[in-house]
Amino acid sequence: MTRTLSEHESIALVARYGVPVADARRAGSPDDAAAAADAVGYPVVVKLHGDAIAHKTERGLVRVGVPDADSVRAAAADLLALATVDDGVVDLVVAPMIRGARELIAGVHTDPQFGRCVMLGIGGVLTEALGDVAFRLVPITAADADDMLDELRAQALLGPVRGEPAVDRAAVGDVMLALSALAEGEPMVHSVDLNPLIVCDGRPVAVDALVEVEVS
Amino acid sequence: MTDLSPLFDPKGVLVAGASTHPGKFGFVVLHNILSCGYRGKVFATNLEGESVLGVTTFRDAAELPDDSIDLVFVCTPAAANVELLRACAAKGAKAAFVTSAGYGETGEEGRQREQELAAVAAELGMILAGPNGQGVISTPSSLCAQIVAPYPPAGRIGIASQSGNFVSSFQNLARQSGVGVSRSVSVGNAAVLAVPDYFDYLAADPATSVTLAYVETVTDGRAFFERARATTARQPLVVLKGGTSDEGRHAAASHTGALASDEKVFAGMCRQAGITQAATVEEAYEAAATFATQPLPQGPNVVVITTAGGWGVVAADAIARTSLRLLPLPTDLRDEIDELLPPRWSRSNPVDLAGGETRDTIPLVIEKVASHPDVHAVLQLGIGIQSNEARMMRTGEYYPEHGLERIVGFHEAQDARYAHVAAEVSAATGKPILVATELAVSDPDNAGPAAVRDGGRVCYWSANRAVIALDHLWRYARFRRRISA
Repeated sequence: MTRTLSEHESIALVARYGVPVADARRAGSPDDAAAAADAVGYPVVVKLHGDAIAHKTERGLVRVGVPDADSVRAAAADLLALATVDDGVVDLVVAPMIRGARELIAGVHTDPQFGRCVMLGIGGVLTEALGDVAFRLVPITAADADDMLDELRAQALLGPVRGEPAVDRAAVGDVMLALSALAEGEPMVHSVDLNPLIVCDGRPVAVDALVEVEVS
Repeated sequence: MTDLSPLFDPKGVLVAGASTHPGKFGFVVLHNILSCGYRGKVFATNLEGESVLGVTTFRDAAELPDDSIDLVFVCTPAAANVELLRACAAKGAKAAFVTSAGYGETGEEGRQREQELAAVAAELGMILAGPNGQGVISTPSSLCAQIVAPYPPAGRIGIASQSGNFVSSFQNLARQSGVGVSRSVSVGNAAVLAVPDYFDYLAADPATSVTLAYVETVTDGRAFFERARATTARQPLVVLKGGTSDEGRHAAASHTGALASDEKVFAGMCRQAGITQAATVEEAYEAAATFATQPLPQGPNVVVITTAGGWGVVAADAIARTSLRLLPLPTDLRDEIDELLPPRWSRSNPVDLAGGETRDTIPLVIEKVASHPDVHAVLQLGIGIQSNEARMMRTGEYYPEHGLERIVGFHEAQDARYAHVAAEVSAATGKPILVATELAVSDPDNAGPAAVRDGGRVCYWSANRAVIALDHLWRYARFRRRISA
């Protein structure tokens, strides 16, 4: 049996192991949300948040590019109104908009034959159709992380793209090493998804995380 | 680590269940052991005590002289084998290869018999290979304890395979290429010893310089990884993986899980462990044969030497698809070649000799190119063209008149010389020099490919296949560099 941690718990866990994450703040009300947005800087993303909420995008529970405090208050009120009884206790997450033309996906997977693996791939909405991903068994070395980048087919996406600099390979490698350390340090973790891992000015930033843990 | 020498280098072999019927495995294996020149003593059992192929048989293993065998090759029915193992162990046997079927492959009852067999072998301290395997060969002992042909030439490739058919495929390719085998084993149902259990022995075996494995199912992934990594720290390990199961695709809550196919995880594990993963049987064999016969390249830079333009162009395209690099021709090297060839040569890489070659310039060009410090590997194309014409002349109605005998001899000596030079310069410079021509398949007796083969190296069927093999060598060289850093 597994259960998923909430987004906020998931983000906090991966951040503790050194994954760069967006500066996400919790907020209980539209006014709190506006204050959080003022603190992190505009534009922001506002999401409904709660232990039982998954598939936020599919349910329309994510508002992106919210430009100012009034819009944040309005978005926050909308989202809170969309919560259902099944969602349990909910609040809001406010985070700065992380922008980049490229999205990666990274994570931890428990393979039935090989055990804990880390994964890196080309992310975004086409990630599953592309299937451009690389796996390594935990623990990995920095050389393994670098070789994972080499294994991806879409090498051109890792170079300079649309005015953005080349992907900082060492920074992506550090994310993989952090995930490997997390998998070793947290034996109950079954899987981790960093999706997307947005490449912002060449450096990866996790804007969402989903951690699945074993429950006995 | 289990010492598998009683299996691969036994002082004597008992064929249990020898048959007088030449269609039965119990006959075939005895035939193969005797006819391939096994150096140890050969014994056989047969229920009637009949003589088989001139070997006097015993009715019971208990009648064997003490300490006369290390290995029993088991062809008897599954139900008889527990007692057989006990009797052989009492006579000093240390290993059993069980070819008999009727075990785990037949269902629950067979699975229990297999477990019982494994337990008895463990109790007796006996090595158990199989059951339901095709056999074992070991060229240092001239041992062909196998229920099928062929017996490959001796060489430095060690084979462990989950499929007996692939053992045969690899051995057939050894015969075709001339690049031979040290040991090979078909693991059968792998009641005790699975494919990775042979890795440690082969990696430490002085007769083996590369391990070649065919794998379908991996039961303990971590153990496979650890053993593979211990092997690749010593010598190359080439793996052909067959089949992907759905096991890895569970109802995944995460995208990461949904993207984790068995194939992807296995491929990643291979890169991490420094395993050379091949996509096809010929790619696997050629990679292993190249590891066994060529030095590792110290860098990615390849120079293609060709006697005609088209071959070089396509070889350059093949290089572009790999981690190798078509080296822009260094100026000093270009100037050196300029002195050897008429001005119409390509003056770039691929080095297209454009018909400017003579008996002496090809060897000189190969030597100059391979000796240049920026060059890490050479691909030589176009060998055998003149000998191909020589074949037509020799078989035509005008031979040997009109000067044909002389020119045929000249052409063949020339092509053989190019092959010899490639091998000599490779040995002298410590750099891989690969020779490719489809004549290796279409006319294996052509003096060019024949001389490459006689020199102990692969004559590749195409530039593309040579490039793929060379890329595997360069990837492994990088892996070795990475782990020693």
